[in-house]
Amino acid sequence: MKDVREALMVGRNSEGKLVRRPLSPHLQAYNMVRISSGLSIMHRITGVALGAGTLLFTAWLVCAAAGDGAFSVIQAIYASPIGLLILFGFTLALFFHFCNGIRHLGWDAGKGFDLPVMHRTGQLVIAATIVLTLAFWVIAFLVG
Amino acid sequence: MSKETAAPTIDIRRSGLGRARGLGTARSGSAHWWAERVTSAALLPLVLYFVVSVLVLKGADHAQMAAYMAEPWNTVLYIALIAALFYHLDMGMQAVIEDYVRKDAQRIVLLLVVKGGIVILALASLISVLKLAFS
Repeated sequence: MKDVREALMVGRNSEGKLVRRPLSPHLQAYNMVRISSGLSIMHRITGVALGAGTLLFTAWLVCAAAGDGAFSVIQAIYASPIGLLILFGFTLALFFHFCNGIRHLGWDAGKGFDLPVMHRTGQLVIAATIVLTLAFWVIAFLVG
Repeated sequence: MSKETAAPTIDIRRSGLGRARGLGTARSGSAHWWAERVTSAALLPLVLYFVVSVLVLKGADHAQMAAYMAEPWNTVLYIALIAALFYHLDMGMQAVIEDYVRKDAQRIVLLLVVKGGIVILALASLISVLKLAFS
């Protein structure tokens, strides 16, 4: 090892021996139909999608602050069929990122790494996402 | 392959402490990692609150929206949501861009554009809530 940058790729294992840190393979190496890698990339995709979705959030607040006219326009846009479809996608991404985020926090705490457990929590995330999204929209149509 | 897996030896002059102190590829150690976790934990209750508030405000007119945002707890929780949300978004977008955009110039420009956009969105959201709360 001659280059300082390489120092970042070297660590010690639990026995204190120097080892090269493993590199993650690039995206193409994974089978995305598998629940583990599929949900992993979905976390990023929904994260970026929600980032775009913050435009809707900010537009809503800015229009509300702008006044009566602007707010009734944006409320009407969000209540239109296309608006509702986009908001449906937004809630789906939000609830997925929310549920899978809890799964990630569990991993950060060192829990749930066994493959069978990981598959089960993955299925749970999918089920919870669907239930929460449907519950949200059922309530949304029942309210008011 | 055998060359790759052979135990590496270090012949550069850099102490373990020097490497541990605020290093890593981002030059900021684990601060970024921790901030991601702290904001995501904060967002769990805040997002649930937001979802409920959206249901409450469904079909609201301007007067109802203004009255809602003027309630102190709603003002506070919306400001907390905006702060945690955009901070979390900034770190997430940075991680994604750093992972997938290889060329230095492209990556730096994209990072600055995205970060700038996120700051503007955060400020616009914050000022809007404050304006509703205080008018």
